[in-house]
Amino acid sequence: MSELNYGLSELALEIRAMVREFAESRVKPVRAELDETGHFPTEILRELGKMDLMGLYIPAEYGGTFEGDSMPNLIAVEELSRICIGVSVSFAANGLGADPILIGASDEQKKKFLPPLASGEKWAAYALTEPNAGSDAGSIRTTAVKKGDKYVLNGTKQWITNGGEADIYTVFAVTDKNRGARGVSCFIVEKGTPGFKFGKKENKLGIRASATRELIFEDCEVPAANLIGREGTGFIWAMKTFDVSRPGIAAQAVGLAQGALDEAVLYAKVREQFGKPIIANQGLSWMLADMATKVETARALTYATVQSIDRGAKDYSKFSAMCKVYASDVAMQVTTDAVQVFGGYGYMKEYPVEKMMRDAKILQIYEGTNQIQRDIIGLALNKEYGAVAKK
Amino acid sequence: MHIVVCVKQVPNTTQVRINPETNTLVRDGVESILNPFDENALEMALQLKEKHPGTKVTVLTMGPPQAAEVLKEAVGRGADAVVLLCDRAFAGSDTWATSYALSTAIRKMEPADLVLFGKQAIDGDTAQVGPGVADWLGIPCVAYARKIEVADGKAVVERNFEDGYEKLDVALPCALTVLKEANVPRMASLRGKMAAKKLVIAPMTAEAVGADPAKLGLNASPTRVVKIFSPPPKTGGVKWQGEEPAVLAQRLADLLRERKLI
Ligand SMILES: Cc1cc2nc3c(=O)[nH]c(=O)nc-3n(C[C@H](O)[C@H](O)[C@H](O)COP(=O)(O)OP(=O)(O)OC[C@H]3O[C@@H](n4cnc5c(N)ncnc54)[C@H](O)[C@@H]3O)c2cc1C
Repeated sequence: MSELNYGLSELALEIRAMVREFAESRVKPVRAELDETGHFPTEILRELGKMDLMGLYIPAEYGGTFEGDSMPNLIAVEELSRICIGVSVSFAANGLGADPILIGASDEQKKKFLPPLASGEKWAAYALTEPNAGSDAGSIRTTAVKKGDKYVLNGTKQWITNGGEADIYTVFAVTDKNRGARGVSCFIVEKGTPGFKFGKKENKLGIRASATRELIFEDCEVPAANLIGREGTGFIWAMKTFDVSRPGIAAQAVGLAQGALDEAVLYAKVREQFGKPIIANQGLSWMLADMATKVETARALTYATVQSIDRGAKDYSKFSAMCKVYASDVAMQVTTDAVQVFGGYGYMKEYPVEKMMRDAKILQIYEGTNQIQRDIIGLALNKEYGAVAKK
Repeated sequence: MHIVVCVKQVPNTTQVRINPETNTLVRDGVESILNPFDENALEMALQLKEKHPGTKVTVLTMGPPQAAEVLKEAVGRGADAVVLLCDRAFAGSDTWATSYALSTAIRKMEPADLVLFGKQAIDGDTAQVGPGVADWLGIPCVAYARKIEVADGKAVVERNFEDGYEKLDVALPCALTVLKEANVPRMASLRGKMAAKKLVIAPMTAEAVGADPAKLGLNASPTRVVKIFSPPPKTGGVKWQGEEPAVLAQRLADLLRERKLI
């Protein structure tokens, strides 16, 4: 298939070939079953770990293979997503959980917690959302009170991806309730810490293979050595994490949309009505053309954002938000259109596109809803043009 | 433990065409791959290595210089060492001469506790080389193995049959030919692939392994290929439908009786 030359490194191309083959041979045969049963893809993640693919974003000094190029990891997410985003989010949530450590933790903390994540021996999760704090993440109520060389955590986190499956959690809690977002701190909490429990796995519309659980903290004592940065810096780590992780959601969206496009085109070539393949109808082939154009536009914006971050861009929240909002809207449209191309067959579980459509919806919700992304873009515009106006 | 896995590079197709004039396989334009059953043998070795730390896995192949590719694939998956037996003297070897050649290379290595083979190679389909090597080495051989456990200097091996399996105690060293059912072969790891890319594989000659030239190559091969042919494809058979089940059953019974099958 023809493709644009994005100047990908040899490593990125190697990863693309590896993960594509892996997704085709290991994930595709089980994706419908994982979706139906909601079983967590433990075996698949173990295998990805053995293939050295869980440490693509972690620097070599901490056991990974990252050397300044974020594309290999992004492309691994994209390729898994082409086949199943229930699997790809379980893979990618490790990076989300590890990001506050990579961004804010001390060298000592990194040396302790990152190597087992890089090898895939342990998994991670990111815990910010609470029942009463979704989009308004600054209003979280989980508390952390210092007691000697420990912090005592109390509260509940909701809808945490990889909850219960992960070993290492980055948990945001309030250390000073009078300071709002500036009173939030981030802690590394290990599974098995007394007072740290899990709720049941949620029954979801899509990404059903992924685990989404409640985390319950009841007088859970966490070593003070597990505080990331200083007290009150947690919200900074939370937001900086999103700036680098949102292109990852965009990569899920690009992969998912590509997968739906692939299915739709192949089907349109073989399904015959009125004595010819349905792709021979202009009305349908133009739909496919729009789908393909959207997928490539979303990919181009996502790659450009990540490559720009790698080249040392300073202000990139706006672009991270743009690729997340754009690509996820594209994924929703393209998967919906793919079902349309399949007609009634697309509505049936025998074909993969209905799952893709159900899966797509989450991309417009998690890691900040698309309304919140547009807010971020709007705020940035207001600020940027304000500075110009003053000149 | 030292495990030697013998592998073969084969053409990637189950429908290799045969040149009717020369009675040889037409390999032009066909991609070469690691023999699929050998993947299961390698996987068995790698799983044993995971269970028994300190185990060394050596992968051995005899073939042309390009056969180094399958050794690189093996390194990508986690093999510790590779040996490429490559010499004009080996050319044209049948299963007897190949078994001999492989056994000389294995004798040159540090003593092997296990020598693993795939069930058979998908090009020749003889399934003879594994047992042949075991014979040359004078060690027991279990063919069609689906499972192995190693403990206290012996192996407990499950050997498959069409209608069941046997569980065998086997003294080490021993040889096994491994079935597809044994495992799901892993894919190469990123670090493994990187290591394989850098690897320079120096071929081992017949002289280097101390093989007797009189037992090598076409002249030393007792097998004579009389004819190779593609079996005629199965024809469709007869199909009856659309009548009462009882009528159809009667007709079937009559036919079976007529052909003296019942
Ligand atoms: C499957 C799944 C997995 C998740 N995984 C994680 C995880 O691993 N870690 C984690 O911390 N969280 C996770 N989340 C939580 C997710 O990030 C939140 O659901 C999301 O941020 C939205 O919060 P909410 O659901 O409470 O919606 P609300 O904030 O209640 O929003 C409801 C609606 O109001 C809109 N809205 C809210 N505020 C505004 C505004 N200012 N302007 C315009 N519109 C607004 C929203 O866009 C939305 O449409 C997960 C959620 C799901 C469903």
